[in-house]
Amino acid sequence: MALVLMIVIGCIFSADGAFYRWSVHRDMLRQVSVFGILACGMTVVIISAGIDLSVSSLLALAAVTFAWLTMPQGWSALAAVPVVLAVGAVLGSISGVLVAQMRIQPFIVTLAMMVFGRGLAKVISGGRKITNYVPDADGVSQVVDLPEIFGIIDSRVLGGNLSIVTIIFAACVLITWIVLSRSRLGRHIYAVGGNLEAARLSGVPVRLTLISAYALSGVFAAVAGICQAAQETHGDPETGIAYELDAIAMVVIGGTSLAGGKGSVILTLIGVLTIGYLQKILSLNAAPEATRLMLTGAIIICAVLFQRGRE
Amino acid sequence: MTAPIACTMTYQARTQEERMTTTGRDLTSMGPGSVAGSMSHTDPAVVMRGIRKAFGPVEVLHGIDFEVLPGEIHVLAGENGAGKSTLIKILSGAYSDFTGELQVGGRTLRFARPSEAVRAGIATIHQELSLVPSMTVADNLFLGWEVAGRFGGVDFALQRAEAARILEEMELDCSPRQLISELPISCQQSLEIARALTRDASILILDEPTSALNEREVDSLFVRLRELRSRNRSIVYITHRMEEIYQLADRITVLRDGALVGTAPVADLPPANLVRWMVGRDLPKLKSDATQVVRTAAQPARDEPALAGARGAALEVENLRVAHAAAKGHFVVGGVSFTLNRGEVLGLAGLEGSGKSEVLHALFGALGRRADGQLRLFGEPFSMKGPRESVERGVVLLTNDRKSLGLAPELSVTHSVSLASLRRFSGRCGWMRRREESKAVRDLTREFRLRAPSDEAPVRSLSGGNQQKVYLARCLLPQPRVLLLDEPTRGIDVGAKADIYDLMRTWVAQGIAILLVTSEMDELLALSDRIIVMHSGRISTEVMRDTASKDAVLAAAMGSQRRQSNGR
Repeated sequence: MALVLMIVIGCIFSADGAFYRWSVHRDMLRQVSVFGILACGMTVVIISAGIDLSVSSLLALAAVTFAWLTMPQGWSALAAVPVVLAVGAVLGSISGVLVAQMRIQPFIVTLAMMVFGRGLAKVISGGRKITNYVPDADGVSQVVDLPEIFGIIDSRVLGGNLSIVTIIFAACVLITWIVLSRSRLGRHIYAVGGNLEAARLSGVPVRLTLISAYALSGVFAAVAGICQAAQETHGDPETGIAYELDAIAMVVIGGTSLAGGKGSVILTLIGVLTIGYLQKILSLNAAPEATRLMLTGAIIICAVLFQRGRE
Repeated sequence: MTAPIACTMTYQARTQEERMTTTGRDLTSMGPGSVAGSMSHTDPAVVMRGIRKAFGPVEVLHGIDFEVLPGEIHVLAGENGAGKSTLIKILSGAYSDFTGELQVGGRTLRFARPSEAVRAGIATIHQELSLVPSMTVADNLFLGWEVAGRFGGVDFALQRAEAARILEEMELDCSPRQLISELPISCQQSLEIARALTRDASILILDEPTSALNEREVDSLFVRLRELRSRNRSIVYITHRMEEIYQLADRITVLRDGALVGTAPVADLPPANLVRWMVGRDLPKLKSDATQVVRTAAQPARDEPALAGARGAALEVENLRVAHAAAKGHFVVGGVSFTLNRGEVLGLAGLEGSGKSEVLHALFGALGRRADGQLRLFGEPFSMKGPRESVERGVVLLTNDRKSLGLAPELSVTHSVSLASLRRFSGRCGWMRRREESKAVRDLTREFRLRAPSDEAPVRSLSGGNQQKVYLARCLLPQPRVLLLDEPTRGIDVGAKADIYDLMRTWVAQGIAILLVTSEMDELLALSDRIIVMHSGRISTEVMRDTASKDAVLAAAMGSQRRQSNGR
């Protein structure tokens, strides 16, 4: 509904018909994809009545790790991608263990993981961006070829009409949807988020469920990090700061409750597109950044109020 | 669950006069709809006329007339979903969008919010408690109308002193400085009542106030209510317990499916008629009182008591101990041994804090390392590892706290019912077989006569009784062999209770063993094949059904009978 409204507004303020061009929509989709991938994982965690603030740092860590493995180390993409995803999964699982086993509040755990992850990214990168200028044994920088995978992720298919990152985003939405709506794990996540004690007494493996939710979020953050590195053509330890807030906003605008136990990834998709269109329309109409920020804030509140009104 | 420390209770058997009395008169001729004539010459405290209320397109109240006189206890009766709660919510200001007229003290009013109703002298005590767990007893009693102190602050000392006085008057054994979260649920409920009484309300609405109280507390509540009646207060009382109706009520108003069936003085409406008014049909084999309803439902199991033993043991419990949650070295259950047979209902009686609920939780594995003892499940060792293992081995627990331990409010009916049986409906990689799942759930909920808008509706949209049925259905779907039931009929109406008794009978006939905890003595006596009575964490006696009496069970629960050495 908010999305429909946004499209209508887009048609009204079409910036001389620019809104009707597919390339505009394509670019919007490309721009929100990284956020959208984070939001998928965030949806899972929020439904489990948690929150994951660490996704932005895990994204940076993944971007740096990926760039480091593929460029200075010269790994092939086929080897690097699984390793980076595994890093995301492991760090996500650590958050999950701390939440589930140690019973520390998710906010605290993932806040700590956010700081830790950012630090780890800086350790791996030595505090600098990792680019295709690779220092050799003598400390002289040499230019190596940008690995093919970077180009592939940043390219478009279908006659240049669809970005690869958007397809990756769509795949993440699909995977999340299958997990949440069609799998046993999904049922467990909703139950744990809705009433943890009731879930436990029903024989739901509560700890495993929570760990899985955070691990999934970590994996999605790693996927987003790989995409980010490919788009920036380097691994930047400072990348993605405050992305977790955008991801949370997208989930909330969709109508998933922070109280847990309720929501869906389809709602999150709507939230992602709503914010995407808002940004696009404002930039088409050359609105200054200040206006964009203020409007984004306002729309978060409106969307939440609107959702409540419908219940 | 922690044992209550603060509120230690003693039982008092009710006097004979106070027991449920039934007028022998046959008033079947008095059909639904007949309203008793002028009761009194005094002006009513509350008049509701032609009240209609709709949620969206669905009208749930179809023109209700309801009045309450000063100095009367007026029972509002009806099955779950009959519209009692909605009517009460209109009266207490929770809903303002209704049609019809509401007069309080002769003035026509329409409350925009509950606080306006409170100011008009209407105090409501809801079934679900509304105390703040992290605040003290005194703070809660004065929440919302704190006593002003100097410099615009709160006079805490005065509040505490006042609270202490109220607690003493209510005979509540807790301190004003104690946190609500430290108190057992029965004590919290008494406090809720105390809070309403301190506000000097002229109209008091109680929605099933006794569901968490023991008999002594119930008695003291009733004394208080009668006292309030004599001081010309009006009391609207909602309950599903027959005996309470006939102990307390001056008049009864019955609702059914959102419509008024009638209002009658209690003497003109014997139980049989009341049930007929409420249900709109004769319950099968219904006799003249609630006990009879229960007895009838449990009859077949009773015919073959010997058979139960012949079927063999389902669960053998030896020296079960449960450590106190906080106090080291103390045990809330201190060495309990018994055998639960196949196809038998074993009643577990005891007061609040006797450890009966803890026994159930421990057997289910919900207490983890706090519990130890030797268990054999159908002859094989059983280690109380945890809920998951228990469910897998066919042991299922229904807790007495549906809201916080039972249901997740946002889950759909289907997902709630299947929650404990997901493995049955999913493959090895976790893919749900949804069609199979929803069919199994639908079959079961039909058996339970569940009334829900749809299978996809969130459980929070169901009435309390139907939520309880959802919860029970969840416990039954995994096809358990041992059922641990803690207050299975709490807060549900006569019709639903009869349904559940009926179901329990079929489960027992299938060979399921049931360990039953219930605070309703009639239910306990009627359903159980044997009863073991607990006192202070130990078994004080065991009685067979035929020799069991209310008095004997009560006496054993109080610990006055010869008992095994009590090493506390």
